[in-house]
Amino acid sequence: MLNDFMVRAALAGLAVALAAGPLGSFVVWRRMAYFGEATAHAAILGVALGLAFSVSVFAGTLAAALAMGLTVSSLTGRGLAVDSALGVLSHGALAAGLVAVAFLPGVRVDLDAYLFGDILAVSRGDLALIWGGALVVLSLLAWRWNALLTVTVSEDLATASGLVPAREKLVLTLALALVVAVALQVVGALLIVALLIVPPAAARAFVQSPEMMAAGASAVAALSVLGGLWGSLQFDTPAGPSIVVTATLFFVLSLLTRR
Amino acid sequence: MRLIETKDLVVRYGDVTALRDVDFAIDSGEIVTVIGPNGSGKSSFIRALTGVVPPTAGQVWRKPGLRLGYVPQKLAVDARMPLTVQRFLSLPDRRCGDEVDLMLARVGVPGLQARQMSALSGGQFQRVLLARALLTRPDLLILDEATQGLDQPGTAAFYRLIEDVRNDTGAAILMVSHDLHVVMSASERVLCMNGHICCQGKPDIVTAAPEYRALFGFGTEGTMALYQHRAHSHSHDGCSHAEDAHAE
Repeated sequence: MLNDFMVRAALAGLAVALAAGPLGSFVVWRRMAYFGEATAHAAILGVALGLAFSVSVFAGTLAAALAMGLTVSSLTGRGLAVDSALGVLSHGALAAGLVAVAFLPGVRVDLDAYLFGDILAVSRGDLALIWGGALVVLSLLAWRWNALLTVTVSEDLATASGLVPAREKLVLTLALALVVAVALQVVGALLIVALLIVPPAAARAFVQSPEMMAAGASAVAALSVLGGLWGSLQFDTPAGPSIVVTATLFFVLSLLTRR
Repeated sequence: MRLIETKDLVVRYGDVTALRDVDFAIDSGEIVTVIGPNGSGKSSFIRALTGVVPPTAGQVWRKPGLRLGYVPQKLAVDARMPLTVQRFLSLPDRRCGDEVDLMLARVGVPGLQARQMSALSGGQFQRVLLARALLTRPDLLILDEATQGLDQPGTAAFYRLIEDVRNDTGAAILMVSHDLHVVMSASERVLCMNGHICCQGKPDIVTAAPEYRALFGFGTEGTMALYQHRAHSHSHDGCSHAEDAHAE
């Protein structure tokens, strides 16, 4: 069964969808969309680093995304006006990544695969890595769930309850870097944030609790993956963007059905 | 029993000194109120006690294992996060249904469990915050202008409840308040702040102190004087400013 590239693609997409639901909910609640974008864009720089130092692209991406996440959260921690700083970092990292890839000697890199995903080329090895990463993210979030929610509602209340907001934010940064690393092949650096924020936004209208929103977002993301892959096969469209288009359709539907 | 103690506490934000030379202690069962004009460092003081703001200098000692109930001045739950009152009260520690039923009734908003936090009125929100703080069975309850958004009967009931809590559980209460009349009748010790502790003691001693009068005026006009603070505060050298008070 795993020999079929469509089955591997679907399984890889479902893994990312599962992890993206709860993490994406936090991205929405904490208004971290720009933060997510900076982290995702750093992945391209990570690709270049991975290839240049002949380590795996996954390791390079994870390292770059984590480094970016830590940089950005230290900026926010110091209470600087982060909006423009984030913009600079985010687009600077993307541009630097693209330039760095061009400098790589001897390799011709298929940039489209990294920018927009290459889910149909997922190998068995990739599949193991993607599921492993997704499960680590899910366990991390499940372990810290109540603490993360408390910190998101109010850092002051969380501190008074004996929690350390900085530690919980580090958990989110780590989870985000991991999701970026595993989602790179599925939807690509440019569309990872879409997969994070569109499904929770679509689920929001129908849920009463944070847990339902996380689960609903995972469900919407999973359906988007399956729908997008089907559409990609049917209409011969690129898979990653098709997945995001499907998720966006779900969001529009949710707006229409909302009273 | 001593719950929290500060020694030479200083809180600075960049170049701005919000608070200096604060020596303070609170014991079980005490009701202490902090008063002072806007920008006098009251909230910085509270935030240093709860650990939200690290002291720039000096020390904050907390009794090991201190259970802190905290009602912050402002809190907004974004409508993007679906959160019922029941779920909010279970953050971060799960509370069972019966316990929550009783507590919501006690703070005067029975049956709100299933409501969304973002749909509460200001007064309901404050009471839910108080319920959350009380559910932790605090040794020390810290209230930062917790009666904002409550009407007069609501405010009176709020202070009666606070006193009951102290009498029932022996918890200490530390509150920041602008309701000078209520403060003076409800608390046993008043801390008058203006960048440092200007004066402290029993309410009648504090109201007689020149530092207090300079800040709040005399007698029953006290509440009004709060808003005229800017006009006369600099003429008085007993209470120098750490930072400029912002007139509302």
